[in-house]
Amino acid sequence: MRESVPMKVVAALSGGVDSAVAAARAVDAGHEVVGVHLALSASRETHRVGSRGCCTLEDARDARRIADVLGIPFYVWDLSEEFRREVVDDFIAEYQAGRTPNPCIRCNESIKFSAVLNKARGLGFDAVCTGHYARIENDQAGGLVLKRGVDPKKDQSYVLGVLSEQDLSQSLFPLGDSTKDQVRREASERGLLVADKSDSYDVCFIPDGDTGAFLRSELGDQPGDIVDESGAVVGEHQGAFAFTVGQRRGLALGDPADDGRARFVLSIEPINNKVVVGPRESLAVQRLDLETAIALKDVDPDGIEVQWRAHGSPAAARAVINDHGVVDAVELRDVAYGIAAGQELVMFVGDRVVGSARIRSAAR
Amino acid sequence: MSYLDHAATTPMRPEAIAAMAAQFGDVGNASSLHTAGRRARRVVEESRELIAGHLGASPSDVVFTAGGTESDNLAVKGLFWARRTQDPQRVRFLTSAIEHHALIDPLMWLGTAEDAQICQVGVDPNGRLDLEALAELITHDPDSVAAISVMLANNEVGTIQPLLEVVAMAKAHDIPVHTDAVQAVGQLDIDFSCLGVAAMSVSAHKLGGPTGIGALLLGRSIEPTPILHGGGQERNVRSGTLDVPAIAGFAAALDAAMNDRVERNARVSALRDDLIARIQRAVPDAVLNGSPILDEANRLPNNVHFSFPGCQGDALLMLLDAKGIECSTGSACSAGIAQPSHVLLALGASQTAARSSLRFSLGWNSTQADVDAVVESIAPAVERARLASGTLIDHA
Repeated sequence: MRESVPMKVVAALSGGVDSAVAAARAVDAGHEVVGVHLALSASRETHRVGSRGCCTLEDARDARRIADVLGIPFYVWDLSEEFRREVVDDFIAEYQAGRTPNPCIRCNESIKFSAVLNKARGLGFDAVCTGHYARIENDQAGGLVLKRGVDPKKDQSYVLGVLSEQDLSQSLFPLGDSTKDQVRREASERGLLVADKSDSYDVCFIPDGDTGAFLRSELGDQPGDIVDESGAVVGEHQGAFAFTVGQRRGLALGDPADDGRARFVLSIEPINNKVVVGPRESLAVQRLDLETAIALKDVDPDGIEVQWRAHGSPAAARAVINDHGVVDAVELRDVAYGIAAGQELVMFVGDRVVGSARIRSAAR
Repeated sequence: MSYLDHAATTPMRPEAIAAMAAQFGDVGNASSLHTAGRRARRVVEESRELIAGHLGASPSDVVFTAGGTESDNLAVKGLFWARRTQDPQRVRFLTSAIEHHALIDPLMWLGTAEDAQICQVGVDPNGRLDLEALAELITHDPDSVAAISVMLANNEVGTIQPLLEVVAMAKAHDIPVHTDAVQAVGQLDIDFSCLGVAAMSVSAHKLGGPTGIGALLLGRSIEPTPILHGGGQERNVRSGTLDVPAIAGFAAALDAAMNDRVERNARVSALRDDLIARIQRAVPDAVLNGSPILDEANRLPNNVHFSFPGCQGDALLMLLDAKGIECSTGSACSAGIAQPSHVLLALGASQTAARSSLRFSLGWNSTQADVDAVVESIAPAVERARLASGTLIDHA
C-alpha cells in the first residue's frame, strides 16, 4: 500500500455501495473528503427510467444520503456535455465504424480521471476517490503500479488500465484489498442504506440494455445485406452499426446454413453496409494489432497475459516489439474467438497491469 | 455562516414562530361547528384579514394553498379551464420567458395535455418584459386568449415587471391576468385591488413564514376550475383541511415584514448596493445581471446577481460554501443538476455565461458582516474557479 498522508479528496459517489464504502474509508483514513455525484445525462427524462444505470434520480438521492451519513459536503457536478461528447458520441461513432467500444473505459479515461480529476485539481483538491476494485502500489523503482483487486469476481483493473502513472498518483481506490462481500458487510455495519443495492452491469446510458435499439434510435434505420464468406446474401439487417464481431444472437437469418451450423458475425463493413457471417472457426484469431504502441518496462515480452473484456479470463501472450523498441501487437499463445477491433487490450504480468491499448485489428 | 440565499427561503420571523407555537397545542378543525372548531376558524379568519389588509385585498380574496407552486398551478390550470369552458376558442395563454418553473411547467403541461397554445414574450437585456411584443400577441387575436400570466418580480435577477401596463392591455379585452408575486410580497408595496390582476400567487416562507403554506389571491371576476376537490373549503376552489398553525405563522410573518418594510428595505438595499459595488471592485470583469437601476421600481432591494466570466457557477458555489457563504447558482433544483438558467438565456446571455452566474439574495436578518464575508472571499474563489474550468477538456 501507498503511504497515506491526509489529502483533500473528491469522492465520486454513484449512489452505489462500492463508492459509498470507498468514501467512508477515505474519511476514516483522515482525508478531507467532499462527495460529488456526477450528472452524466443531460436529458431529465432518462434520470427517471432505468433502475440500475449510473444516473438515475434514485442514485442521486442515494449519493446525497450517503454523504449525509458520512457527514461530508455533497455536490452534483454536471458533466453531461462532456459525457455526451467523449463517451456517448464515441460509442456511436465506434459502432458506426464497425468496431466494438467499451464506454466504461472511455468514461474512466475522459470523465472520471480526466474531467473530474482536472476540475478537482483546479478547485484545490489532491485526488479523486472511487469504489473501483483495483490496487495502486509502489513498485521497486518508486513509481506507482496498478494491480488487480483481490476479489477476482469484482476486479476492475481492466477498465482502469488506461490510467497513466500520474493519474494513479491522484487516485484513491480504497476497495482494492477487499471482496465485495466484505464491502457489503461494512456498508451494513456503517449504516449505509445502500448495502443491499444491486450492482449495475449495463451501459448506464442504455438503461434497457438494448444496444441495437439505442443505436438505431440515434442513427436511424440503414437496411443492408447480411452475407456469408462467399458474398452470397443470406439475410438483411436494419443497420450494420448495430452488430458486434462474434455476435450470434439476433441475426434473424431465415434459412439455416447449408451445413446446418450456427453462424456468427465475422466482420462488419460499414462502407458498403454489409454484415459478414460464418462459422465459429472463421472467428479464430491469434495476432492482435494495437492502435497505440506501448513501451514495456522491465517486462519479459514472452511472458505476459492479456485481457480484452472486463470480465474475461486472461490469456497467455507474447508482446511483439517493433523496430522502434515498443509493442504494437501481441500474439496469443492459443487462438481466441470473437475479438473485435475497438476493444481495449490490457496486458498483465501476474496481477500487475503493464500496458493498455485499443485493438486496431485481429488476424489469424 | 453567511446566509445569502433568502430568495430560496428566508429564516422565520420570531413573530411567526411565536404565532405558530401558540397554535400547535390546540385542537380544532376550522370546518368543525363546535367551540374548538370555531376557535380554530377564528384564527384562520383573523389571519386572512391581516393578510388581506396588508395586500390591499378583501378577506374573501384570500385562498390558502400549500405554497407558491400550488398557487401557480391553480391559477394557470384553473383560469385556462374556466375560460375555455366559457368559450372554446380561448386556447392561447400568454406569459413571459422568465417565469419560475412552478409557472412554466404547468403551462407546458397544458400545452401537451390540453392543446393550449403557450406564447412566451421575451424580455429586454435587463430582464423587463417586452410590452410591444405582448401587445402584438394580444391584438393579433384577443378572443383566443384564455389568460395572461406575468410575474411581479423575477426570482433570479430581481427585475420588477411592468404589471400595470400588462393589466391595462388585458383589460381592454377583458382578459384575466395572473401574477406570480412570490418574490415581491413582503418587499414591495403591493395593492391587489389597485393592481387589477385576477389572481396573485403568494408564498409564506419567502417572507419569514413557514414552508408549506401560501395563498392565491383571487378576485371575484372569475372562479378557476379547482384542482383539489373535496370538502369545499376556501370558496370551493381549494378543498382540504386548513393548516391553522401555518396560516397563523404566515399572517404573523407578513405582518412583521410589512410593518418594518420601509426601514428594512433601506437597510437591505444599502447592503445590496455595497455588495454590488465591492464585488465589481474585487472582480472587475464581473457582469451584473438584471436592472442596473437600483430602485424599487426596477430591482428587488435584496437581489444581487452576477456572471463571473470564465467560471462555472457550481464550482464557485462549492468554493464559497467551504468558506461558510451560502448562495445560489439559480433556482434550486431537486436533482441538483445545474441546467443553464432559462432566465439568463432570455436576457441574451450565452450558455457559458448562463452557467457562470451566482445569485446573492439578502434578507431581514442580513448584516454587514455577511457582505464583508462575500467581498473577502469572492476574488480568490473566482481565481480558483477559473483555474478549474480552464482545466476541463476544451473542444470549443
